[in-house]
Amino acid sequence: MAAQGLKKTIVLKGIGVSPGVACGKAFPIDHRPITIPYIEISDRDFLEKEVARFIRALDSSTAELEAIKNKLDAEEGIGPLIIEAHVMILRDTGFIRSTIETIRKRGINAEWALELTLSRYRDVFGRMEDVYLKDRIRDVEDVVHRVLRHLLGAGGEAISDIKEEAIIVAHDLSPAETVQMKGKNILAFATDVGGKTSHTAIVARSLSIPAVVGLENITKKVRKEDKLIVDGTSGVVIVNPDQETVRRYEDKKRHYRILEEDFIKGAGLPAVTKDGRGIGVGANIEFVEEIPSAIYHGANGVGLFRTEFFYVNREQSPTEEEHYEHYRIVVENKDIKWATFRTFDLGGDKFISDPRLAEEMNPAMGLRAVRYCLREPDIFEVQLRGILRASAHGNTGIMIPMISGLEEILEVKKIIEKVKDDLRARRIPFNEGIKLGIMVEVPSAAMVADALAREVDFFSIGTNDLIQYSLAIDRVNEHVGYLYRPCHPAVLRLIRYVVEAGHRAGIKVAMCGEMAGDPFCTMLLLGLELDGLSMTPLAIPLVKRIIREATMEEAKKLVNHVMGFDRTDQIEEYIKDYMRRRFPDYCAVADVE
Amino acid sequence: MRVVRTFTLKNALGLHARVAVMMVNTAKQFSADIYFERNGIVVNGRSILGILTLACPKGGTITITAEGEDAAGAMEAFEKLIESRFGED
Repeated sequence: MAAQGLKKTIVLKGIGVSPGVACGKAFPIDHRPITIPYIEISDRDFLEKEVARFIRALDSSTAELEAIKNKLDAEEGIGPLIIEAHVMILRDTGFIRSTIETIRKRGINAEWALELTLSRYRDVFGRMEDVYLKDRIRDVEDVVHRVLRHLLGAGGEAISDIKEEAIIVAHDLSPAETVQMKGKNILAFATDVGGKTSHTAIVARSLSIPAVVGLENITKKVRKEDKLIVDGTSGVVIVNPDQETVRRYEDKKRHYRILEEDFIKGAGLPAVTKDGRGIGVGANIEFVEEIPSAIYHGANGVGLFRTEFFYVNREQSPTEEEHYEHYRIVVENKDIKWATFRTFDLGGDKFISDPRLAEEMNPAMGLRAVRYCLREPDIFEVQLRGILRASAHGNTGIMIPMISGLEEILEVKKIIEKVKDDLRARRIPFNEGIKLGIMVEVPSAAMVADALAREVDFFSIGTNDLIQYSLAIDRVNEHVGYLYRPCHPAVLRLIRYVVEAGHRAGIKVAMCGEMAGDPFCTMLLLGLELDGLSMTPLAIPLVKRIIREATMEEAKKLVNHVMGFDRTDQIEEYIKDYMRRRFPDYCAVADVE
Repeated sequence: MRVVRTFTLKNALGLHARVAVMMVNTAKQFSADIYFERNGIVVNGRSILGILTLACPKGGTITITAEGEDAAGAMEAFEKLIESRFGED
């Protein structure tokens, strides 16, 4: 297309809720509300015809859903269940009776009566306190819209009309719509609203469709047939990308596809080097729904369970029971050998609106994580009790983020002892041997790792923040982002020092930052003698494969060599060259940038 | 025969959509009339919207009434379902 080169490239940043990359043409779904006619009917016979018409629309809607359900039945996950719930709503006697009575008593057409039924349910659900249950009105709305389409003769689904490969762009998508995206024609979706915990996001993940939500106004910026790249891993959508960008992302896409087809096969094999060193490979996850994907991709445990989602977008703090129930589900899973729960890494600004906390200029270095927890021990204790109680059901670790010095961990330990005493007094079971560890992500903590190692059972190096703090780089700042370099000699020296300090004290040292999942760094990290690597599930198969084919001897040689360089670019070049020569097949797919 | 029992929901999310589907499917296996009651509101045990509108959170209680020949069997099935936390493991 001649105009292609003239179209402006726009980069939109949202929330990546389902990983993977897709390149294709946009298919915007129009969610303009259907105009509902209002007709008064006085003739009794005509009213009965309205009732019959309503019942026919219910029947054809049911048939439509049953057809979708049959297609999905062989599948796992939440998809078929949503459709089953919708069929049940269509067959719900209260729903049907209310609409039919409204047609007869008010003397109006079926469409308007149906709309009145919906508004009655809106009232009921609107009064609910539980956010999740309240949100189920979306399912009722979805069903009503389906029936309305049948009543108005608007016919089939927008989504099933799609013939070519397409990326769905919409203001929001209902769970039923996302379920129907399963199939070769749908590449991804991108929506204006939504969050990580939205029903739609969870469905997208369980169906393995890349998805980015919370893009705010993508529906206004994208027209039909616009070329799009959706990167569900980083949460970026690129509208009308240039050739070079498309090529880069096509490579990235290939990387994911090959992962799926090839590396998955060996994902379940243990991560042991040829000369016999075993590495604990864990998954970084946030929701219990991600566990099947973590296991499928070969995780032996959960190296980082993020708990921030408990706190955001809600008015009350989560209860001990809520924490406990979620953590218990994780540790009780028999395929999960261990699970490390990171206590919440948020500042007061991020959750329960706290007027005492003024807006901070520099939240990354502000009152957050363990600092906030020590300021508000009541909130902290609730979470600790939840984790401790879960430890009675499986191998559990507590991990404290943002520790900057010895005093903080000593204070945390005091609080944990107090909580344990309380549980013992109440005869509530927990594992007395539960492991306590810290995130090593503040440079000062890395430098006093020897002292910290004597107080805890394990370290987990959080490279994202460690790099950001030690290089003084705000990695979301586009002007300095180029300086964010995991292979900076200072970073490598810090990592080596932390590992050595940990090992001298006899504790395990793992890594859970993005660097842990970067296949180019795998040999380097092996050579630095990390005991465990925890990463996003998708990265696991390739990293495990490299570990299985490597020896510690060659990895240590690599580390010794690169530690001799003073410049980041020399180190990067050397490692890239090395990995390309050593693992030509894997690097071809992993080499994206 | 009429059987009445009160249960506390211990699963993670309370009486949400997936659980409601399982409740309706259980009710459908029996001929007995089945009603759920919470906070004075009574709904038909075969109505998914009725069950959802009870808005029973985790840790909340519901009272189930079964009336009919196979009421005892129905109650047993509900007990099993609720005690298993709806298979949420």
